[in-house]
Amino acid sequence: MARYVVNRLAQAIMLLVIVSGIGFAILHLAPGGPLSQFAASAQMTQEDLDRVTRQLGLDRPLPIQYLDWFGRMLKGDWGRSYRDGEAVLSVISSHLGATLELMATATIIAVLLGCWIGILGALRRYSLFDTLATVGAMIALSIPTFWFGLVTIYLFSVKLGWLPAGNRQTVGDGSFLDLLHHLIAPAMVLALVETAMWGRFMRSSMLEVINQDYIRTARAKGMPEWRILTVHALRNALLPMITVAGLQFPTLLGGALVAETVFTWPGMGRLFLDSIGYRDYPVVMGILMFSATMVLIGSLLADIFYAVVDPRIRVG
Amino acid sequence: MATAALSTVQLAPGQAAWRRFRRHRLALAGAVIILVLVLGSAFGPYLLPFDDTYIDIMKRFAPPLSGAHILGTDELGRDVLARLMMGGRVSLSIGIVAMVIAMAVGIAVGAFAGFYGGVVGAVLMRLVDAVLCFPTIFLLLALAALTEPGLVTTTMLIAATAWMAVARVVEAQVRSLREREFAVAALAFGSSNLRIMFRELVPNAIAPIVVAATLNVAKAILLESYVSYLGYGIQPPAASWGNMLNNAQIYLTSAPWLAIAPGVAITLAVTSFNFLGDGLRDALDPRMSIP
Repeated sequence: MARYVVNRLAQAIMLLVIVSGIGFAILHLAPGGPLSQFAASAQMTQEDLDRVTRQLGLDRPLPIQYLDWFGRMLKGDWGRSYRDGEAVLSVISSHLGATLELMATATIIAVLLGCWIGILGALRRYSLFDTLATVGAMIALSIPTFWFGLVTIYLFSVKLGWLPAGNRQTVGDGSFLDLLHHLIAPAMVLALVETAMWGRFMRSSMLEVINQDYIRTARAKGMPEWRILTVHALRNALLPMITVAGLQFPTLLGGALVAETVFTWPGMGRLFLDSIGYRDYPVVMGILMFSATMVLIGSLLADIFYAVVDPRIRVG
Repeated sequence: MATAALSTVQLAPGQAAWRRFRRHRLALAGAVIILVLVLGSAFGPYLLPFDDTYIDIMKRFAPPLSGAHILGTDELGRDVLARLMMGGRVSLSIGIVAMVIAMAVGIAVGAFAGFYGGVVGAVLMRLVDAVLCFPTIFLLLALAALTEPGLVTTTMLIAATAWMAVARVVEAQVRSLREREFAVAALAFGSSNLRIMFRELVPNAIAPIVVAATLNVAKAILLESYVSYLGYGIQPPAASWGNMLNNAQIYLTSAPWLAIAPGVAITLAVTSFNFLGDGLRDALDPRMSIP
């Protein structure tokens, strides 16, 4: 087990190095490179630019610059926002809470609803419910998230007036109920794609399990059907879902960006888009690296957790 | 399935695949809808009396079915149907061209990594893993922000974020096919590595490649709509299904039809390509299909 974890950890660290290399390359692709902010200013002369280049160490060879940059990233020095000079990491962390709130809520809805639909679909395979669920999941995966958001706003905010059309809270209010009221629509929109994915994976996982020999054995022993389902089938069918949680993470983050934009939700995704609008490259790069690292850690945790609950994985 | 196994008449592989595909009604419907969308976008604009960029400020916000404007007009009085058709040209072409580029790169990288294995293969596939760590939309927007937006850039950027999944599929296929007798025989014949890769191995992996290509078109159309909606894809006055929704949110209360038509078009196109991909998987590669 320890060996598996060490192995997987080494892989993740190697990936992080490549990921940071890609991030560094993108940073230098920016027009004007890391100096774009200064180059845009009319008062900067060539001499000033040269001086800043030396001061920031941008005249050094690229590999050394990369090592320096990567070292500072590890120490938590991610540069400063062009917009207000605030440290990138603190800008990100001040927006992270809203995003996590949205993602967690959507995930809870998606896991509960998706697993329920998937299990029921597998147990009543090719029934009307299963067919509708399968077709519905495919359509759900094909609807652009932002458009579903627009439709939701039109129906529930414009026509029915039940839900607010955006923002995290009413100005001056901030009670739990007010926050919840604002959370419903964006979480629902973000949960749509997730529910479809969880439903599809849960269905095929459950189908695989209920055709196993040990299920037939349990049935032959005369075990009650509900006990076969909950104790034998469900426990085994739920295990691969840990991997799904890891795999789904990048999609979830991307979906959050779109949902946050449509619902003016003050999270990391919206911050990312605003920063792109302001050409605030340090923040853009910071969020890009932050999200990639989150994805990396997510898949690492999913793999390790899976190995803990399923000993077969550790050997392979 | 049971009757197929019992029947003594052996069908040619192509015929059997066509039979399986025909049984998949949603895939057939998808193919028909795609055909309608493509023909409508290609020839529709010639049948309309309106130009997609013609501004008629006196007739702005005309609701659907008012006079000659079947789908109404937008905030500048442009005909929504004309823009939908011209936008379809852009969105569908981006979907298909980005798929072709992503497939070419993905197949090349996957074939090399799967065939040579070793250090080259490991390095290439770790690169794929690393790029896949970035959530697609984040990467796409960051790259779009660094470049001049437009038709070519958007297509290239979407392709740049879509080839990794293809490379993974092809790499796994080529790695397992490499050991098979026909590949070894080709090697014994003295065929060059390139020839074995692209004339023997890749054609034998054609089923998953075709499925991946179809699903890739769906993904590319979806991505185009995201970047254009967010303002970093196709720029006005040119229309795309994504950028038609760009202003729709502002006019949601007064002119909801502006949001409906492009959204339905995107959903229809993406759903159709997804169902088509599903049907092709059942038809070409029955072992891979979800039961």
